[in-house]
Amino acid sequence: MSTAETRETGLRRTPGLVPVSETLRTADRPLPPGAADSAPAETGAATVGAGPAEIEGATVGAGPSEIGGVAAGGEAVDVIDLAGPAPARRFGAFWRLLGSELGLTFRRPRNLVMLAVLASVPVILGVALRLVTDDMDAEGRGGGMGGLVASVAGNSLMLAFASLSFLVALLMPVAVSVVAGDAIAGEASGGTLRYLLAAPAGRTRLLLVKYLNAVVFSFAIAAVVAVSALVTGMALFPVGPVTLLSGTTVSVADGLLRVLISVGYVGAGMAALAAVALALSTFTEVPIGAIAGTVVLVIVAQVLRAVPQLEPISPYLLPTWLTRFDGALRDPVDLAAMRDGLLAFGAYILLFGSVAWARFTGKDITS
Amino acid sequence: MTAVTLDAGAPFGAAPPSARPAIVTRGLTKRFRGGQVAVDALDLSVPRGSVYGFLGPNGSGKTTTIRMLLGLAAPTSGEHELLGLPLGEALPRVGALVEGPAFYPYLSGEANLRRFDAADPTAPPATVRRRVAEALDRVGLTAAAGKRYRTYSLGMRQRLAIAAALLGPRELLILDEPTNGLDPQGTREVRSLVKQIAAGGTTVFVSSHLLAEVEQMCTHAAVMRAGRLVAQGSMASLGGGQVPRVRVRTPDTADALRVLRSLGLADVRADGPEPGDGVSAELGGHAPERVNAALVGEGVAVRGFAVERPSLEDVFVRLTGEGFDVDG
Repeated sequence: MSTAETRETGLRRTPGLVPVSETLRTADRPLPPGAADSAPAETGAATVGAGPAEIEGATVGAGPSEIGGVAAGGEAVDVIDLAGPAPARRFGAFWRLLGSELGLTFRRPRNLVMLAVLASVPVILGVALRLVTDDMDAEGRGGGMGGLVASVAGNSLMLAFASLSFLVALLMPVAVSVVAGDAIAGEASGGTLRYLLAAPAGRTRLLLVKYLNAVVFSFAIAAVVAVSALVTGMALFPVGPVTLLSGTTVSVADGLLRVLISVGYVGAGMAALAAVALALSTFTEVPIGAIAGTVVLVIVAQVLRAVPQLEPISPYLLPTWLTRFDGALRDPVDLAAMRDGLLAFGAYILLFGSVAWARFTGKDITS
Repeated sequence: MTAVTLDAGAPFGAAPPSARPAIVTRGLTKRFRGGQVAVDALDLSVPRGSVYGFLGPNGSGKTTTIRMLLGLAAPTSGEHELLGLPLGEALPRVGALVEGPAFYPYLSGEANLRRFDAADPTAPPATVRRRVAEALDRVGLTAAAGKRYRTYSLGMRQRLAIAAALLGPRELLILDEPTNGLDPQGTREVRSLVKQIAAGGTTVFVSSHLLAEVEQMCTHAAVMRAGRLVAQGSMASLGGGQVPRVRVRTPDTADALRVLRSLGLADVRADGPEPGDGVSAELGGHAPERVNAALVGEGVAVRGFAVERPSLEDVFVRLTGEGFDVDG
């Protein structure tokens, strides 16, 4: 209150204000059509203008005005910004923005619901399998169980693999598409993109933050599914040495390590899908368009894979590689298959990351 | 002060950045894909410390210009400069309100401001709490700081957007239609806020389609019309061609004309053919009360006496040859 009054009186008293407008009036005449000769005029006005501007700053700064202090402080900030630990600070600022992004993603009710749904699937799957095996035991037809059901019934860890292979086809891609497809398009449709860029977040920096955020979310959903499946499995099924797809049996610790490898692989696959969704997200201001577009691409790829005549193109399709985490279930671990999968993911990330970057850095923000 | 900014790598020009105008554009042009020219060879020069009104009807290219200034849209041709610095260095010192407020509806006002502060790489995280509180206090939103943005009224949203523009020490504020959607009370608050900010030395660039608003707030103005700059300059220089006139309502037209002429006023004329239409003249350096006394002393029946200064609207009518089309 009192500061406001001081400012107002400062405005009335400050002699600097008159010269500023006086000197600038010369610079401010409608520019001549040939703007080339406006340069000396500007310089002249600028030199004269520096005087009153300084006086003004001093006058205001001398009073109790906060604004004056801030204006003077601006110069001090310069020194820190440009002389000293600029790279370290920029690095810190990058993590700060990423932290803000992760906070938004993992606090947003929509995303939490998706995580909850994904976590509930292994529970439902486990309970259903438990009921099925109970029925079969009661009827004495235990021998007729399918391979997957039998192995889950036989060992708690197998529920994690069963859940991942069940969810990796569609539900996890949908969750990743929602977060990554919304990344740019969602900010654009809400109008917040223009304020982020004016802040200035920087286009490349913002895109990188958005992508890393989607990557973290990708690994998070794979981990959530695995943890939920492990907890459910241990509650419902016996814990003990795990029999792998190749028939050998490994210890529980080894089994857990293989679950971890699978989570890492599936997370990487989802990160590749996130790159596709992010690229689509830079082309539209309608987030649902980018999300649905990515999901449709996944489904189309699944369909193409199912056509035997199209076998030659299947190595180029992302879903082909998503299920290859079962390499972790072989003995020894099928590193070659998983390495090819990771290379495919890397290629997708590189390709679609470049598309997203090229599009986003050259685009007019009109929302 | 100068040395520091020069070390920062003044990009071009003889004058150090701190002495260059707050905004300069040269031949700034934006042509949309359809071939429509939204902004046509714009040459703006916004002096430091001014409150600069950017006037024009809706659709005259104001927002497109602001988008180009902030780097949101690339100009088709021409160049621009903020605060004499490269855009990336200038933007942290610029607070902006572009085409209305936009925030995350599921976050509180405070969390929204923190979010945008995190996007600015130069903003010190240590002081974010204080800066956010100060910005909210500045616009009178402290009480609503913890409420979700979704529940804010239009006026509160607009004020939050202004708070976001005030998060750091700013040398330039770019406000696009800051009073849009505000009630008269809110409009007054924004006006006094702008005056307060300008008094601290910050340059304010404010776009508006409302003449009266610019007239009350600004020290300088530019007029856009269909993407072209019609005029720019200080308010005094814009109104410079027009001088105050004295207008006398009286039935004694002939006597009034005679008295005014004898006093030495210029451009003395009857305002209409009928007696009672009154007379008017340029006031020049005369004191209005003496003119009135002279009229009454000579027995002219003065029914009304007024000194009229030309409004910005009159200036625009003169500049553009037509009325200023105010929509909205």
